[in-house]
Amino acid sequence: MRIARKILAYQLRDIVRNRWVIGYTVVLLVLTEALFRLGGSGDRVILSLLNLVLIFVPLVALTFGTLYLYTAREFIELLLAQPVGRRAMFAGLWGGLATPLCGALLIGVGLPFLLHAGEGAVPVHALLILLGTGVLLTSAFTALAFLIALRFEDRARGFGTALLVWLGCAVVYDGLVLLAVTVFSDYPLETPLLILTLLNPLDLGRVLLLLDFDVAALMGYTGAVFQRFLGTGLGLTLALAALLAWSAVPLWLGVRRFERRDF
Amino acid sequence: MSVAERRTGGPAETPCVVAATAVTKRFGRLEVLRGVDLEVPAGRITGLVGPNASGKSTFIKTVLGLVRPDSGRLTVLGQPVNGDERYRRGLGYMPQDARFPENLTGREVLEMVRDLRGPGQTEDVELLGLFGLETELAKPVRSLSGGTRQKLSAAVAFLFRPDLLVLDEPTAGLDPVASGLFKEKLLAARERGASALLASHTLSELEELADDIVFLLDGRVRYHGPVAELMRLTGFARLEKAIAALMQRGQA
Repeated sequence: MRIARKILAYQLRDIVRNRWVIGYTVVLLVLTEALFRLGGSGDRVILSLLNLVLIFVPLVALTFGTLYLYTAREFIELLLAQPVGRRAMFAGLWGGLATPLCGALLIGVGLPFLLHAGEGAVPVHALLILLGTGVLLTSAFTALAFLIALRFEDRARGFGTALLVWLGCAVVYDGLVLLAVTVFSDYPLETPLLILTLLNPLDLGRVLLLLDFDVAALMGYTGAVFQRFLGTGLGLTLALAALLAWSAVPLWLGVRRFERRDF
Repeated sequence: MSVAERRTGGPAETPCVVAATAVTKRFGRLEVLRGVDLEVPAGRITGLVGPNASGKSTFIKTVLGLVRPDSGRLTVLGQPVNGDERYRRGLGYMPQDARFPENLTGREVLEMVRDLRGPGQTEDVELLGLFGLETELAKPVRSLSGGTRQKLSAAVAFLFRPDLLVLDEPTAGLDPVASGLFKEKLLAARERGASALLASHTLSELEELADDIVFLLDGRVRYHGPVAELMRLTGFARLEKAIAALMQRGQA
């Protein structure tokens, strides 16, 4: 753990100076601030940010995460030639990536809310859920990015896969679910739909955010089922656990791959 | 990984710094190492030569623990290479093309390596001075030239007075002056008892530095012995011709 922390600390120092991460922070800041100026109230800003977080955060985590691991390859070799274990190296690399990306999100979205705190009621609870979901999504999708980059030697294929995963989670998945619902509309679909929701981290993020807002109608099909059949309390717990698993399982698989692989 | 296995590796004062027995490695269908048997003696500079794809890099990477052999036994500095990272405290590695996190400064890179090694290591910063790197250390790595990065990499390799230096084409990116300083440093390290495994295509350099030559071909060791012996055997006075003769013989 000590070694992992040290690697994390230096990776962090590297990444916070990375112009893409700085750019990511600035874009989030500008967008959130713009929403405040256009929309006004905190509630509406959060609802608009919701889709932004669901689409933008996984995209950045996946693409930046895979590229990062490919670029760091020679340096990883150099560090592994030091008395550094592979587990510690993996933990340090992932923490060193996920931490600054989460930081960017917290600053980019949180700061405008702090600045506008005086202008009326800020829905603190909803904001915390939004930021928490963003952090969990960052964690899950950087873990997936590492897994992808470790699976494919070739950068172009790895990067392509990362984009496909994002496209699949963000766009294709819900479409397929709707199609399935139409085709099998004569059958009871609640259980399959619940399972389908658990299988997509983006859907889980949406469920977490929207269950709290109590706007089930906006949730899309999977979200609506989630609320109707589990209720808010159980639904939140289940969605949260599943989303955590979306970080834990890819990380576990990634560590195993990292420990066995040849550099 | 077991404790028992670690103990049977014995103390570090074995005369061999690297001992490989029937080490094999394949990548997919490609058999890169086909049973490497090699004992690299301590206190000597051992030149590793061979044509491209002969398994040089792969062998170096198995010594560093970066590549895991499929079968065979490998001990480095008296300890079995089995996933335990501690034996690497005695290693200094200089890769062919060194890359560091681009936004860190040279000083931060050194600090990081130092930090990872932990306290209690005696340091040798002579190369930093010889290469005139002090002013460069304040700049982020991304703004350093390829040659300067190589110099930094060399300084990192020698920083902890390693018992075994693993050098992969070390002078390829260095200018003649730096290259000369590097060679002197390597010879001085040998004087204090360090060993080196030096992969190089520059045979004149090996002639200058190496005590022994290991010739790899198709994933096997085809020759291992003192440089002078190699020349006597092949009847050539230049290492270049002697190696060429070995390669031709190997292909015949």
